[in-house]
Amino acid sequence: MATITAGAATLDNTGDDPRVRAPLIVGNNDYTTITDRVCAVVEDPKVRKAWLIAFLTAVSLTGMLFALVGYLIVTGVGVWGNQIPVAWGWPIVNFVFWVGIGHAGTLISAILYLFRQNWRTSINRFAEAMTIFAVVCAGLFPGIHVGRAWLAYWLFPIPNQMLMWPQFRSPLLWDVFAVGTYASVSTVFWYMGMIPDLATIRDRAKHPVRRFVYGLLAVGWRGSARHWHRYERAYLLMAALATPLVLSVHTIVSFDFAVSQLPGWHTTIFPPYFVAGAIFSGFAMVVTLAIPARAYFGMKDIITMRHLENMNKIILATGMMVGYAYAMEFFIAWYGGNEFEQFAFINRATGPYAWAYWIMVSCNVISPQLFWFKKLRTSIPVMFVLAIFVNIGMWFERFVITISTLNRDFLPSSWGYFRPTLVDICMLIGSFGLFFTLFLLFLRFLPMIAMAEVKSILPRPAAHPGNDHSSSSHTSPSHSELH
Amino acid sequence: MFHFPSWTLTVRDMGGAVLLVAPLYIVGLVAFGASPKTTDVGYQPDQPIEFSHALHAGQLGMDCRYCHNTVEKAAHAAVPPAATCMNCHAGIKTQSPKLQLLRDTYENGEPIAWQRVHDLPDYAYFDHSAHVTRGIGCASCHGRIDKMEKVWQEHPLSMGWCLDCHRNPEDHLRPLDQITNMTWAPENQREIGLEIKAKLNIAPSQNCSTCHR
Repeated sequence: MATITAGAATLDNTGDDPRVRAPLIVGNNDYTTITDRVCAVVEDPKVRKAWLIAFLTAVSLTGMLFALVGYLIVTGVGVWGNQIPVAWGWPIVNFVFWVGIGHAGTLISAILYLFRQNWRTSINRFAEAMTIFAVVCAGLFPGIHVGRAWLAYWLFPIPNQMLMWPQFRSPLLWDVFAVGTYASVSTVFWYMGMIPDLATIRDRAKHPVRRFVYGLLAVGWRGSARHWHRYERAYLLMAALATPLVLSVHTIVSFDFAVSQLPGWHTTIFPPYFVAGAIFSGFAMVVTLAIPARAYFGMKDIITMRHLENMNKIILATGMMVGYAYAMEFFIAWYGGNEFEQFAFINRATGPYAWAYWIMVSCNVISPQLFWFKKLRTSIPVMFVLAIFVNIGMWFERFVITISTLNRDFLPSSWGYFRPTLVDICMLIGSFGLFFTLFLLFLRFLPMIAMAEVKSILPRPAAHPGNDHSSSSHTSPSHSELH
Repeated sequence: MFHFPSWTLTVRDMGGAVLLVAPLYIVGLVAFGASPKTTDVGYQPDQPIEFSHALHAGQLGMDCRYCHNTVEKAAHAAVPPAATCMNCHAGIKTQSPKLQLLRDTYENGEPIAWQRVHDLPDYAYFDHSAHVTRGIGCASCHGRIDKMEKVWQEHPLSMGWCLDCHRNPEDHLRPLDQITNMTWAPENQREIGLEIKAKLNIAPSQNCSTCHR
């Protein structure tokens, strides 16, 4: 592992002086050091202890998750706390939570790309990876929530001898398409963007097995001008394709609630409110993961304080949007004059789930306000704790929306109080295990930083003889090739 | 620098072709192979007695309801007891070795182990009386029984097949005096069907709970 971080730590690139363009990559980095340092993580022959401990923990939790899924399938959904009137319990809460987490990756890779936000290059690769792994976790829950999991394929409109189709008027079916499209487009986008970097690892590989595997993954990338041209075209097209998905997926997820007729769910503000919340939680998760990863793998001068600060600004902005939505729900309940709606919201803030509501408000609305202060939004401990608060708050937001609406049915005789079972709790923990298993494998075996893209924002090296760039020549395009 | 040998290109191209063709093949295989048209239609088990519907219902012209006498009143169309057969066979073919089992049964009361041909799943509720008293003929579901030496399943009896008729009953409705007519095939089926549908106020239900109770 190269240790070029020493000088970088003192370099501050968070200045807001418009006369000085702050560098996005600090330290004495050039094309070679970027390649060496990102590849070193993948090429390290030793398995590092902390990684191994984290990985084994995550794998055990994943094992627990799948054991519980098996138990659930064999026994039935009664092992969860789902019970009338709360028929949508934690599985749906977890589903919406994980789908939301996934939104940051596509936003960073697609929307920020189209807006020419060059700072995305340092974080887009692992944010995209995080997106895909979050969608994997999200996809698990509806699949097992259908009850008879072996009939989960009925979610898809497959022609069959029963002439039976999913309900096309139901947002639950739209969800299948929205999440399915999102998962496939994100995966293709992520993989395609990784091809030049995989080729770099292939070219540096010593062991024949590594050469073969990375060679296979690099699908014959040779870094010719024609390759780059087509790659850039395709990347732009994929970004354009993925951009509407950032907005559509959580819009459709919000329809799961908003299209139903229940007070507290039947709200037109839901689509934008959910999208803002998803981006909010997604960026919080990126910050949560980026802080330990950049410290542990010595990437502090590539994923700089400026990157973290930018993300914190987005967290602040989207947190304000979410807070506005919370306020607006109450306003409309009052202004709309519907007593059931009013009851639903008063019950939300003062009823049996008031504790969850106020956890949500303090984590999502109050705590991000600290990011108004530059000192706090550039402080690693503060932002780490805050990002975790936001993650907790956003999980509780879904909990509050799902549970607090359902637990008060129209007939008071049907009112109930939802209690999760041990299986519910362990499955939520297990889903984090699955997420971190995939993420840790990604960190170890795939380039966590988009080397080729980071190089595109570095100052172009002067022609200095004796400086050998050959090892990275396949993946260091000049600016003219990129733009 | 590592170069993949040139044969990998062949593998790649073949793999691509397989990836294109395989889904089509699998879809086709499942669609046709697992369809009840394939798995169920034509089921023709051996029966303990070689009873010929072609002889009894066809050549002799016996009415279906002579033997299956509960069909208009009950969900189940009864399989007749030996006594029904003996109404005639007490005097006809009394020495036939093919009917030995029938005579034994008649004497010792042990039922004949007929093999069920038309077997709906347990989770599907079906009522014969609701159909034959409302203009659906025997042949619509069972086919030309009067031409079968040994009965086979003519139609898939799948959910889609049921729903097809529940959605368009006029293509199959017939006058109530033609229910057991095996040869009913009018030129203007649709007109007749629509007329009967209006007269009997037929509106077949498509709710899940109609059949899955």
